Amino acid sequence: MSTFLHRRRRGLAIVGAFAAATLVLGACGNSSDGGDSDSNVSKSNTDNDKAGKKVVIGFSAPAADHGWMGAITKAAVAQAKQYDDITLKVAEGTNDVNLQISQVETFINDKVDAIVLLPFDGAAMTSVARKAMDAGIVVINVDREFDSPFAARTTVLGDNYGMGVSAGTFVCDDAKGAKGKVVAEIAGIDSLPLTQDRSQGFADALKKCGLKVNNRVAAEFTVESGEKAASNLLQAAPKIDYLWNHDDDQGVGVLAAIKNANRDEFTMIGGAGSANVMRDIKADNTVLKATVIYPSTQAADGIKLARLLVQGKSMSDLSEIEVPRQLKLSAPVVTKDNVDTYIKSAFES
Amino acid sequence: MSASLQNDPSLTVPAPTGRGDRGGNLSIARNLGLIIALVILCVVGIITAGDRFASTDNLLTILRLAAVVGVVSIGMTFVITGGGIDLSVGAILALASVWATTTGTQDMADSIGWIAMVFSALLVGTCAGLINGILIAYGKVVPFIATLAMLASARGLAEVIADRKTQIIRNQGFTDFFGSEPLGIPFIVIIFAAVTVAGWFLLNRTTFGRRTFAVGGNPEAARLAGIKVQRHTVYLYALLGLTCGIAAVMLMSRTTTGSSTHGTGLELQAIAAVVIGGTLLSGGRGTVIGTLLGVLIFTTLTNVFTLNNLSTSTQAVANGVIIVIAVLLQQRIADRKT
Repeated sequence: MSTFLHRRRRGLAIVGAFAAATLVLGACGNSSDGGDSDSNVSKSNTDNDKAGKKVVIGFSAPAADHGWMGAITKAAVAQAKQYDDITLKVAEGTNDVNLQISQVETFINDKVDAIVLLPFDGAAMTSVARKAMDAGIVVINVDREFDSPFAARTTVLGDNYGMGVSAGTFVCDDAKGAKGKVVAEIAGIDSLPLTQDRSQGFADALKKCGLKVNNRVAAEFTVESGEKAASNLLQAAPKIDYLWNHDDDQGVGVLAAIKNANRDEFTMIGGAGSANVMRDIKADNTVLKATVIYPSTQAADGIKLARLLVQGKSMSDLSEIEVPRQLKLSAPVVTKDNVDTYIKSAFES
Repeated sequence: MSASLQNDPSLTVPAPTGRGDRGGNLSIARNLGLIIALVILCVVGIITAGDRFASTDNLLTILRLAAVVGVVSIGMTFVITGGGIDLSVGAILALASVWATTTGTQDMADSIGWIAMVFSALLVGTCAGLINGILIAYGKVVPFIATLAMLASARGLAEVIADRKTQIIRNQGFTDFFGSEPLGIPFIVIIFAAVTVAGWFLLNRTTFGRRTFAVGGNPEAARLAGIKVQRHTVYLYALLGLTCGIAAVMLMSRTTTGSSTHGTGLELQAIAAVVIGGTLLSGGRGTVIGTLLGVLIFTTLTNVFTLNNLSTSTQAVANGVIIVIAVLLQQRIADRKT
């Protein structure tokens, strides 16, 4: 009896040790991939890279609840590491405006030189950003705009309308003037201005070649919502020629739905530009033939601009002495032909 | 302290577990534990961040962050002491902030003054709380379910009203008044202090408070003692709704906006602060001072993490660990003393 118990105990111990090892190794597995975004960002390779005055930058962004947002923070941190004269203070990513405001207040108390801020809600963060500007801190607003021009020195924005135009233009080029093609669209969160801009750009570009959006559904930027919206869309439209999906994170779900429905008669275009979508485009064995980039390096650019502004440098390739007030990033189309150029800067969703 | 209990004409039967801040040694021991935890946190803050932590500006930053959660937590203390729970506080706050910043309300504010916005926020909060209370007390819906339904529908309604857009407050008088800092203290911190003092007084020095302990400890005994248990329950939820309205006004002043995304996750922060403060989730025992300390512990922790550049989700893990440790310690203390 006692040997039986003993054996059982030993068996349990082995199982326990194995389970523990699995958990520990599993937990480590992810963190070792953490460096993948380092290749996303680079120095300027100009005189601006020369070490100057020490710059302390505070950085705050929403919670990394999907791939693109996670990549934003990773790229910002990686960018700051490349410059020895930058000290970056990263606040915990949060979707709680009350907390994000207090993070900015802490940066003000710390008398940082610059704050790079991707607000959860641009309007809600305006007053505290204004306070920081009043305290003499350089504020760089990223992606979601404040509602006052006094609240930021420089704003870095993605081009949402341009994304729609790029996707629509790709469809027009590919259709080569053929009429009557069926175009479908899976949008992101429909009430957000950025989604409305993307859809507007898409519709405007399609109109130029006589096409229109025949079927449109909206998801919520998550894999789950993408799967749901796409399943419904595929039910509703028995034959599609072109499908534009606004967001590659929700695109994981969209592709799952397409696979489940055994559909492959159309060409799909993605949005945002995640690494797995680019790998699919490169492999050229799915319906995915292109994606439109919404740069996940916006905050990294914010870090670089903050450094230039504090050190009193200018953007070396412009004749202008001052750093511009606003930068709107381009939204290029990635296809099999140029995917190698962009895959380095893609984010893992 | 129990002498005052006997003097209460409405309480001929001594309340079975009428122990709150008046639990004598027990509550002192518990609060002492929280104070020690807070002191340890402050020491950690001073060691790791030095003057950046121990400065007036930073203290005010902590208090401003604590104010919104704190006011709701005080209200939550009453509901939990009274044997209930409310998951809808964040949603009610969002609804109140949206309702108070619609074009209609703001137009009204332009003509009769910003008090209209404050009034509508408080009114919306109280009404939502009232609905919770009536559903629970008279509809016999379990608090968890009733407030879960309110959580979903209040935030949904907020999204409908605001069309999921952020509503910016135009009224300069409102932002100036609530953004002011009399004697160097931010106005919202003063409101937080006032609500805390009022909450302490109400729970520990009034018939209302004694009834709350009685209703939470043993509703049947409370009913036999002549307390209108159902009506009292409605009052408790309405009171919590009112504090949500106050918090909505505070967050409106902090963000100069109303939005259906305001107050996301607030219910968990408030319940966590109340529980580590020493209020029993099963009701009958509650402490406003404990809740205050609980709120301060969580906000100070957040602040220390921010100051030390700890950017990951480790803080969420730390919060979870603290809740478990606090509850385990409380059980030990309670077991030893009783």
